[in-house]
Amino acid sequence: MNIWLVMVIGGLITFGMRFSLIFLFGRFEIPETMRKALHYVPPAVLSAIIFPELLYKANQIDFSFGNIRLLAGIVAILVAWYTKNTLLTILAGMLALLLLQFL
Amino acid sequence: MSEARKAFWEGVRAEFPLLIGVFPFGMIYGALALNAGLSTLTSQMMSAIVFAGSSQFVTAQLVHDAAPGMVIIVTIAVVNLRHMLYSASLAPYLKNLSLKWKALLSYLLTDEAYAPSVLKYEAEGVNASSHWFLFGAGLSLWSTWQVSTAIGIFLGTSIPESWSLDFALPLTFIAMVVPALKNRPMVAAALSAGAMALLAYSLPFKLGLILAALTGIAIGTVLESRQAAKGAQ
Repeated sequence: MNIWLVMVIGGLITFGMRFSLIFLFGRFEIPETMRKALHYVPPAVLSAIIFPELLYKANQIDFSFGNIRLLAGIVAILVAWYTKNTLLTILAGMLALLLLQFL
Repeated sequence: MSEARKAFWEGVRAEFPLLIGVFPFGMIYGALALNAGLSTLTSQMMSAIVFAGSSQFVTAQLVHDAAPGMVIIVTIAVVNLRHMLYSASLAPYLKNLSLKWKALLSYLLTDEAYAPSVLKYEAEGVNASSHWFLFGAGLSLWSTWQVSTAIGIFLGTSIPESWSLDFALPLTFIAMVVPALKNRPMVAAALSAGAMALLAYSLPFKLGLILAALTGIAIGTVLESRQAAKGAQ
């Protein structure tokens, strides 16, 4: 599918969701279960991307010390946990990866 | 008109601290989108058309992984579902506006515009000009996002391949997820989604991603309900 079409449809859906309940005010409410479920969307989607990015190497799971993306990712997770700072996390992870590449 | 102008600038001022955090983020997005294989024009236009930070990062990642368009669209939809909560939460304060205003403010309704506006409306209620506050917050964020994307794209063209900049995408996601892991259901949602993503990795069309996300959402929701039930006993 053409990337422009993807963007336009993705943009329309995003706008639609932002507009939905402002438009439907008084005629529709979000069910309680869905409201709960929505809180779990960001950690679920993002973890589903992170895990394979760190663990898959050449289409195989690599759980060894030779997997530098996994090691750099663990550094980033620790920095994120202790600092809760986005930029520091990205910098620490990138720096760890670059250093490990040279070792 | 002066009331409207006052509310507008008040919104811009309330947004200002958030803009400082958004600016580097927009630059990172611009550089990474380009690095992931999007053209300069599509990278920039995505900031205008989709205008939703995390889904733009996710799209860049999926383009980099050559995921099919349908999967990218479904993922954008899932990632941006939370905007329905903001829409529901602001709806009572915007109910008397014209359709044009409602549409314009909806387009500008990001996490960062929502936060100061809902605080303001909950604290002070609304009058005939208070939608200008949300407009000021939203428009200043929109402009900052466009400019910072452009600067990121500009800088991104000069970053050498050997820097492995594509790795900054999963790092950005780590920075978003880890601070949110405050309780057991959240941790379980993240871990189960991650584990399912590994198991389902070889599914065609990157469908493993969607399956994994749904697994994590379901497990988090079920655990939260169970905890609530236990607490009620």
